[in-house]
Amino acid sequence: MADERFDAIVVGAGPAGTAAAYTMAKAGLKVALVERGEFPGAKNIFGGVLYRKQLEDLIPEWWKEAPLERKIVEQRLWILADDSAVTFGHRNQRYHDPPNCWTGLRVKFDPWFAGKAEQAGAIPIYETVVTGLLRAGERVRGVITDRDDGELEANVTIIADGVNSLLGKQLMVHREWRPDEVSLAVKEIIQLPKQTIQDRFNLEGDEGCTIEIIGHTCGMAGLGFLYTNTDTLSIGVGVMVSDLKKKRVKPYEVLDGLKQHPAISRLIQGGEVKEYSGHLIPEGGFNSIPALAGDGWMICGDAAQLVNAVHREGTNLAITSGRLAGEAAIRAHEAGDFSASTLAAYDEAIRASFVYKDLKKYRGVHSLLAHEDAEQLFHRLPQALNDAAYEMLLVDGVPKRDKQRKAIRRVKEAAGGAYMDLIRLGLKGWRAMNG
Amino acid sequence: MSASIEERLFTIRYKADRVSHLIIKDQEVCLACPTKECNWFCPSDVYLWHEAERMTSVAYENCIECGTCRIACPEYNIEWLYPKGGYGVTYKYG
Ligand SMILES: Cc1cc2nc3c(=O)[nH]c(=O)nc-3n(C[C@H](O)[C@H](O)[C@H](O)COP(=O)(O)OP(=O)(O)OC[C@H]3O[C@@H](n4cnc5c(N)ncnc54)[C@H](O)[C@@H]3O)c2cc1C
Repeated sequence: MADERFDAIVVGAGPAGTAAAYTMAKAGLKVALVERGEFPGAKNIFGGVLYRKQLEDLIPEWWKEAPLERKIVEQRLWILADDSAVTFGHRNQRYHDPPNCWTGLRVKFDPWFAGKAEQAGAIPIYETVVTGLLRAGERVRGVITDRDDGELEANVTIIADGVNSLLGKQLMVHREWRPDEVSLAVKEIIQLPKQTIQDRFNLEGDEGCTIEIIGHTCGMAGLGFLYTNTDTLSIGVGVMVSDLKKKRVKPYEVLDGLKQHPAISRLIQGGEVKEYSGHLIPEGGFNSIPALAGDGWMICGDAAQLVNAVHREGTNLAITSGRLAGEAAIRAHEAGDFSASTLAAYDEAIRASFVYKDLKKYRGVHSLLAHEDAEQLFHRLPQALNDAAYEMLLVDGVPKRDKQRKAIRRVKEAAGGAYMDLIRLGLKGWRAMNG
Repeated sequence: MSASIEERLFTIRYKADRVSHLIIKDQEVCLACPTKECNWFCPSDVYLWHEAERMTSVAYENCIECGTCRIACPEYNIEWLYPKGGYGVTYKYG
């Protein structure tokens, strides 16, 4: 592949890279899509929920042909204490049509999506690691791979190499992530008969449900999840790496703790563990977004920390950022100019999109999670909320007014002891979510 | 229903390279490290400190390529690369 020259090289066939490759190939550019896995998706895991809207911007009615698991009609939020749960949720028939999101598995979804890019004309170069960038001064003029004669040249290189983004680091668009800018998630796929899943989760046909879980993470900032697939469940837990460093607990033991919780163990009972996996999640949010474009390069998806952790949205931000980078590359191609000032159109397009607006809204969440006491937010408060609920619902002859006082006192104590602590925390939380 | 880490890793397909993609830069740094926290935070138990040999062993064949160790090692003492193209972990579900 020594003398190959491309209009564009995309590094990474995840949702971001594939969206970029698809967009450019469809417009007639000569695109190489480079992926280190044996096939796209081989190295990738997620929760995972795939959203309709952002992929629909690229491929109308994509869900009619894509490999998906279940259509999500109900989303639940569980706040766990040791042997109890306070639960919230929303179920709506309107999520049937138009559908909002589905569960999926990356080993099926990623190859399907990359296949669309290939059909559009992108040239797949898989089982190939990009080890470095070809430079001419500031300008990126292609990539170096681990193949023999492994240099590939292009007018523009799109870096979509995921959360670890060794290339982004090499380019110095970001330094190494701090341990509080990433979470480590571990996950298991648990197989159960289809009907059992439907019965246990109150579902019919291809309906699905998701459960997000707060609490029971050994006092670390983190979230658990339990999602329904067709004939498997995805269960996992992600915790902030800065907390994990302190705790001296094995990540898979945190997952075991979740699996053994009485509210969860009955949902997964009798299932067979088909796969264990692990992956980092970008958690830095708005303040960790690096420069997005320069001379001959753009960076998309997880590599640019484009994840909305509060809403567990990542694939959709990746897809939109990939599409916008692709569109900027098309315009640069038409103009014959791939300089930083032309590719700045990508940065502007991101700023005008929901990606930037949503991340900006939650800009304070990262520092709340990184700096507040994780034990308080992810252990004492969930515990207090559960105790308060227990107290209020228990009919034992104690007057309701006394019960209510006691319940409020529990939550107040968990927040620090005084009403002011509770108010301060509430305000902080509100501001973090509405920055 | 909790499985040992060996059972868990057994569910994953690996194609191990002959050479490690993870390298401890300096064993002396591990010796001086008071926490040796890599023995805990790695999701596939790649790192283990051996008191007698005074060294951290690296079971790179078990690595699921998450990157945690590169970021979490307090001394940034782990050189972390991807396995060669097509090598390393290949998931069946994802
Ligand atoms: C446990 C977990 C749960 C999640 N849940 C959800 C969810 O429910 N919904 C949601 O929308 N998002 C979720 N996310 C986030 C979502 O998975 C990511 O935001 C999304 O996958 C980012 O896409 P990407 O293309 O930027 O990166 P990736 O999907 O990581 O793709 C990067 C690709 O680049 C390849 N690559 C990397 N480096 C190189 C190199 N040097 N050379 C060649 N190839 C390379 C990788 O092998 C990979 O295929 C979750 C993430 C995790 C870890």
